[in-house]
Amino acid sequence: MKRSLLVVAIIALYLLHQDFWFWRAAAPIVFGFLPIGLFYHLCYTLAISALMWLLVREAWPARLEEGLGDMGTGGQGEEDPFAPSPRRPVPQSPDTEEARRQ
Amino acid sequence: MIPALFVFAYLAIVIYIGVFAFRRKVGDHPAEDYFLANRSLGQFVFLLSLFGTNMTAFAILGSSGHAFTNGMVTYPLMASSSALIVPLSLFLIGTRVWAMGKRYGFITPVQMFRDRWECGHIGTVISVVQAAMLVPYIIIGVMGGGTTLYAISGGRVPFWIGGAIVAMVVMIYVFFGGMRGTAWVNTFQTTLFLLFGAIALVVIGVGMGGFGNAVNEMLSSPSTSSLLTREKISPLFFFSYTFIPLSSINFPHMIIFCLTARRMGHFKKTVILYPICMLAIWLPAVFLGVAANRATEVPAIRAKLEARRTLASQGAALAPEQRNELRAKSAGDDILLRLLDHYAPLWLAGLLGAGIMAAVMASDSQILALSTMFSEDIFAFYEGKERFGEKAQVVTGRVFVIALTIVAYVIALKFPQPIFDLAVQYAFSGYSAMMPLLVAALFWRRSTKWGALASTLWAAASVAAVAVFQSIVTTPKVVWSIGDVEVLARTQAGTAVFGLLPVVPMVIISALLMIVVSLMTKKPGEKTVSRYFLR
Repeated sequence: MKRSLLVVAIIALYLLHQDFWFWRAAAPIVFGFLPIGLFYHLCYTLAISALMWLLVREAWPARLEEGLGDMGTGGQGEEDPFAPSPRRPVPQSPDTEEARRQ
Repeated sequence: MIPALFVFAYLAIVIYIGVFAFRRKVGDHPAEDYFLANRSLGQFVFLLSLFGTNMTAFAILGSSGHAFTNGMVTYPLMASSSALIVPLSLFLIGTRVWAMGKRYGFITPVQMFRDRWECGHIGTVISVVQAAMLVPYIIIGVMGGGTTLYAISGGRVPFWIGGAIVAMVVMIYVFFGGMRGTAWVNTFQTTLFLLFGAIALVVIGVGMGGFGNAVNEMLSSPSTSSLLTREKISPLFFFSYTFIPLSSINFPHMIIFCLTARRMGHFKKTVILYPICMLAIWLPAVFLGVAANRATEVPAIRAKLEARRTLASQGAALAPEQRNELRAKSAGDDILLRLLDHYAPLWLAGLLGAGIMAAVMASDSQILALSTMFSEDIFAFYEGKERFGEKAQVVTGRVFVIALTIVAYVIALKFPQPIFDLAVQYAFSGYSAMMPLLVAALFWRRSTKWGALASTLWAAASVAAVAVFQSIVTTPKVVWSIGDVEVLARTQAGTAVFGLLPVVPMVIISALLMIVVSLMTKKPGEKTVSRYFLR
């Protein structure tokens, strides 16, 4: 799926949050106890979850894990949730010493 | 008192989990182990503890109280907007921060900023501003603890003792358990309040004779029908509130938590299920808050409704002190507990109270985050780690946990303001205004440390300005208008700029400062920048 379509879907969902059309309406009462505005936002929340699923499926930034090797997966398998991961030192930028004075 | 005993038993379980249950032998890097659980959290723990970290007393008590006063608007205002923006920011920013942290060994966001923008003391300024804005959030936890224990014990445990007990329990397991203990406690707590939210809804619904009746009665009464709509707030206010969830990923405890995942893949289920978790927690809390307006057989709730009526009918003629007193009486922060106390059997009220306590105690991550920032951004950066070693760094972090808890507790006793206002006005708006830092660091090659400094100082100054403004102008009125346009006004809930919450201009100006100042100053070396923009 094209990235631009996903961006449009996100913007559309953001705009749909501003549902001024139910601003002053309580009725109909859905299921006998949910005001229509609240029911709308219940459905809206479920729609967000569906969009997130689509984002994860179609636009997952897998390249960020590239080059991490074992670090990317922890290298220890999933059985032991607390197996240590390799330590990486905080890098020193080329002019860190100069920068520290700012 | 019996429900309070359940809560005390619950607190004992929490201490056990946090301190003993998941202890591991400390390896060669005690700091990474204590502050990040060795970057080793599994998927289940990562999802539940990250969600629990973001849910505080604000989510349960604050939302019910807000819904009690303002109606069902609370859910779309706070929950469904967060349900979109928080997982989206985890997807876009959280994954990148995780990858950079894993690749380069960062423990705090400021370490990343220092490296990304080649700066030192500017990072310290960012860290201090972030820390200062996190303190109110921690205070919420202490206040929520005091309110909860007071209500659950039927007033036998005073607010100051309840707050002290909760603060002490949190301090103990954060002190001993670090991130690992905190994550497991949060997992346990999130499970509890997800489960008990649904139970509370059913039990109270049955006790009130069905929600259908309550809603229809509210609908037929002119004084309560507006609570089932959004009439009480303006569309501009509603729109501007969508800027508040931008704060979430900027809270240091949230961004630090992103570094604890064992794999980047653990973000997938978190991103997808986060909105569902929001729904499961917020919908019952908001619905119960609204329905409480029909629970007039509960004496404490009846007293709140009477105070609200008096305020509405005679408010203008009353002295400011009397108005404040009535406002405090009508506040709904304890509304959920009052409902439980009245409608649930004693043993169930105790269990449900423990569930609420679970939400209230989410300040643990914030305390740990501040401790992490102090020991990494200040102690280690200014060579404390080199001089005294990594173990001394962890000890410093632990001592900081104690000091911070005491300070937060003392402040909590001095601030009678409702939980919700305190959080939104200061911490949330300030962190939203710092959003341009993370976005620029991760997505804009041309950004510079001076742009970051300008954004940070603006965020700090604007938060302070709003606080000063609201302390000087205490009654609602228009302070500055041009023609018919209200530029600046003091409202009942806080401040309005062109009818919007201050967070909107705060974020926009912060972003503009980041752009303009960055373009005017020298960018970091290409070698540094290229490490953040993988091709």
